Amino acid sequence: MQVIQFMEADAVESLVDVMAGKLWSLLNAQDIKTPLMVGIRTGGVWVAEMLHAELGLTDPLGALDISFYRDDFTRIGMNPEVRPSDLPIPVDDRHIILVDDVLHTGRTIRAALNEIFDYGRPASVILATLVDRSGRELPIHPDVVGLRPSLDRDQHITLTGPDPLGLVIGKESNRSSRNPESEIEA
Amino acid sequence: MKRSPHNLQLDEAGRLLHFLTIDGLSREMLTEILDTTEGFTGVSERTVKKVPLCRGKVVANLFFETSTRTRTTFELAAKRLSADVLNLNISASATSKGETLLDTLRNLEAMHVDMFVVRHASSGTAHFIARHADPGVGVMNAGDGRHAHPTQAMLDMFTIRRHKGEFSGLRVAIVGDILHSRVARSQILALNTLGVSEVRVIAPRTLLPSDARSLGVHVYHDMEKGIRDVDVIIMLRLQRERMQGALLPSEHEYFRLYGLTEKRVAAADSEVIVMHPGPINRGVEMDTKVADGSKSVILQQVSYGIAVRMAVISMVIGSQNLTTQG
Repeated sequence: MQVIQFMEADAVESLVDVMAGKLWSLLNAQDIKTPLMVGIRTGGVWVAEMLHAELGLTDPLGALDISFYRDDFTRIGMNPEVRPSDLPIPVDDRHIILVDDVLHTGRTIRAALNEIFDYGRPASVILATLVDRSGRELPIHPDVVGLRPSLDRDQHITLTGPDPLGLVIGKESNRSSRNPESEIEA
Repeated sequence: MKRSPHNLQLDEAGRLLHFLTIDGLSREMLTEILDTTEGFTGVSERTVKKVPLCRGKVVANLFFETSTRTRTTFELAAKRLSADVLNLNISASATSKGETLLDTLRNLEAMHVDMFVVRHASSGTAHFIARHADPGVGVMNAGDGRHAHPTQAMLDMFTIRRHKGEFSGLRVAIVGDILHSRVARSQILALNTLGVSEVRVIAPRTLLPSDARSLGVHVYHDMEKGIRDVDVIIMLRLQRERMQGALLPSEHEYFRLYGLTEKRVAAADSEVIVMHPGPINRGVEMDTKVADGSKSVILQQVSYGIAVRMAVISMVIGSQNLTTQG
């Protein structure tokens, strides 16, 4: 696969700054005082870590691994790189900020919402993504977005990291069943 | 279905189609099972103790031999994956009416069962079922004769990794009836594949296979010597029927020679963990103080057993889906 560097770390960090500002306004507008932030593994957690620090949230950051909630398990089998989800604080009646790196088909977010609801019943869920790209297959819309790049159908945008962070764009290649990350990246 | 020519339980891409034995599985595969297990450990602590991974799948527990722990943890594991579970008490049903194993199998397959979890007193039964099962149907060995009990071995490996981090450098002692133990056989294979420094077996001569050393273990007949400086002690259950076979003098005598007491535990490494596959014969293999003591991780083994079985069930169902599509 041809891969080109689309953004370096400092540019990614500026995007996160923009997101933090928008989130701040949104939380104020909705009068949400103590939101609970949850990142989706792996890239979403990197973005969430930065947002969590910038917003000065007091409750610890949660991390979701949606491998057990994917809708393509019967097509690609078990993700060999699954890690445990970690939601240290009960989600019941809390306002959740769900963070992911790239929003594409919306299937990851569908899976993440299902998983969150297996932990409890949140008061609300706000969706914040670093990148919002075309190609939605489900009625899912982000509340806060860092960047909306214009991409062709066969182009993939991926957050690389964690140190340094970067955004890369590649052309679609042969998808391997042993690498589920290449199947759905958003 | 495309199977690996060498190993019935793997497909050509090296994915797990059945889980029958540790034999022939690579360190990478065992590590993948342990890593996947790690992902499932949190599920039991949530409000909804279920993930939707195997929704719509049917898992049949075929237990030709009685079991409480293994059957219930397999059942719970399948249910936590959202599969439907059939528990068949075979000894009390079809086979006693003269139906052959294959007929039972064919009937269940006609009910569109996706996985068989098999326990049988004869070695090789799970392999036999795996060979004859329809494409797309996975088989789990939940213990066959004296041969293998791979999910027990993997939950033991998971318990060891959780406590010790790495396998390299570890000395592990397995104490008791090695000769009749499918658990010990699977444990020894797994420990050596994962690269521990030393596996010791400690047992009287009557409870050791004649070729014990060929398993890749150091053999001890003296408990005091064998246990010295080990990081992990795995006690095996002494099956009382062995007494009648004149393999052992008496339970009392066995405890005197091979029972795990606090004094004996003190000779091992100060961070030693004590394991047992259950059910424990208190005062035969192990003193009650040790079984309930601070070094004992016996109840954790049971909890981890659910997560390990969730991991292998989902891996097998996942690869069976792939191979039947491909």
